[in-house]
Amino acid sequence: MTPLITCENVALSYDNKIIAENLNFIINEGDYLCIVGENGSGKSTLMRALLGLKAPSDGMITYGEGLKQTEIGYLPQQTAVQRDFPASVFEVVLSGCLSQRGAKPFYSSEEKKLAVENMERLKISDLKKRCYRNLSGGQQQRVLLARALCATRKMLLLDEPVTGLDPVVSSELYCIVKDINKQFGITIVMISHDIHSAADHADHILHLGGDDVFFGTAEEYKQSPVGKAYLGGHHHD
Amino acid sequence: MIDLISELLSYHFIVRAIVVGMLVSLCSALLGVSLVLKRYSMIGDGLSHIGFGALAIAAALNLAPLAVAVPVVVGAAFLLLRMSESRRVSGDAAIALASTSAVAIGVIVISLSSGMGNDVYNYMFGSILAMSRGDVILSVTLSVAVLALFILSYNKIFAVTFDETFARATGVHTKRYDMLISVLAAVTVVLGMRMMGALLISSLIIFPALTSMRVCRTFRGVVICSAVVSVICFLIGIVISYAAALPTGASVVVVNLAVFALFSAAGAILRRT
Ligand SMILES: Nc1ncnc2c1ncn2[C@@H]1O[C@H](COP(=O)(O)OP(=O)(O)OP(=O)(O)O)[C@@H](O)[C@H]1O
Ligand SMILES: [Mg+2]
Repeated sequence: MTPLITCENVALSYDNKIIAENLNFIINEGDYLCIVGENGSGKSTLMRALLGLKAPSDGMITYGEGLKQTEIGYLPQQTAVQRDFPASVFEVVLSGCLSQRGAKPFYSSEEKKLAVENMERLKISDLKKRCYRNLSGGQQQRVLLARALCATRKMLLLDEPVTGLDPVVSSELYCIVKDINKQFGITIVMISHDIHSAADHADHILHLGGDDVFFGTAEEYKQSPVGKAYLGGHHHD
Repeated sequence: MIDLISELLSYHFIVRAIVVGMLVSLCSALLGVSLVLKRYSMIGDGLSHIGFGALAIAAALNLAPLAVAVPVVVGAAFLLLRMSESRRVSGDAAIALASTSAVAIGVIVISLSSGMGNDVYNYMFGSILAMSRGDVILSVTLSVAVLALFILSYNKIFAVTFDETFARATGVHTKRYDMLISVLAAVTVVLGMRMMGALLISSLIIFPALTSMRVCRTFRGVVICSAVVSVICFLIGIVISYAAALPTGASVVVVNLAVFALFSAAGAILRRT
């Protein structure tokens, strides 16, 4: 196993205010890592740091050999698209294929096929020609997921992918993610508040939250005090 | 009508103006879609005012106007983009600062060298007589380059315009394309401003995009529709300005305004049914 991403003593901060610190973990090829923690514990910020969108204020993030940024798919927690942006669903999904194109200007028919396949996977084929802005929140989420799948070659980072999805689609989404993890060996990093599904599907858990940062396998997490408290606490809602 | 048009085409300066004007309308419409959607509409306005200053200085020093203005305005586009990225000065304030300063300097240079008068009027509101043969050749070359670059970068421009964070996260050099868009806009603004006028050229960037966003629902649809609308509005505008002896730039803008109203109404009806 070669480490894809290694984090050593990483600290994250905004305007000198530390959000999270002492993060030490390794993501290996083929891993399925779930990041959990309370609101505001720095999960999204950490993901942005892993993507190179934000520099850590301390420590080091090193990337294993052969992981290119153009092989990473990403689903942001929020996409700040303007209210009246004219873009069809197909245009948005297809734009996920862009990163691998390099300097070549136009999409090939294979890439269009890939976009169509990913739309079928997420059951949005009938929305193909619709305007992205006029879709419901859950539909938009599925479109952005299809785009992320188009961009994925080695690694997929998902920031709360099931928010706004109905239960049927959410559980299908977990299956799709599991599938591309097992079948194609794609490394998954997912942020989720759905702690039980996370513990069931993922093989590693990273728990952020102030001083008690936990990193380990899902089994270890279920036995740990942090995990027990967190898993137990959520049984009641 | 036919008589009018053939009469129009018998004047060389009008033919030159039509050729350059059509190309500039096309380029500005294409770039305008991205600029408007990225909330950079004001950059076009700022650049044209900076272009005014550059043209004034070029005229005072007896230099070729385009050869001076193109590099100056491209440089200004770089700086404005930098400024709007840094958090210290907000983007629109930076543009307002730069553009009013450039106009002030331009006006002073003109009044020192030749006295205020027709020159300032022509720079501000444009003149159809402005294009020399050399200007036409340079304009055609530059606008073909702008068009080619736009078409080759079309998909990247979409990605960067739609969701810059995602594009950057997946390894697209978004800064490079932001730069490209503003440099292309700078070249287009300078090419068009002497005919359209420094005060009016930015409307060529903004109007077609807004007009087609009233009815089109896809990015590609908006881009194509803007290009067509922009060229047609320009042609109608130049015919009206000739027939009614009105200033060209202002006529083109008024035609754009009318078409915008038309499309808004059409859009409202489409949405209701
Ligand atoms: N751009 C920003 N500037 C300043 N502070 C920020 C910024 N973005 C986030 N923060 C702060 O950083 C902290 C962590 O934010 P982050 O978005 O990473 O949390 P999160 O764990 O993803 O939360 P959630 O579960 O709500 O998505 C929060 O306290 C937030 O207020
Ligand atoms: Mg978050």
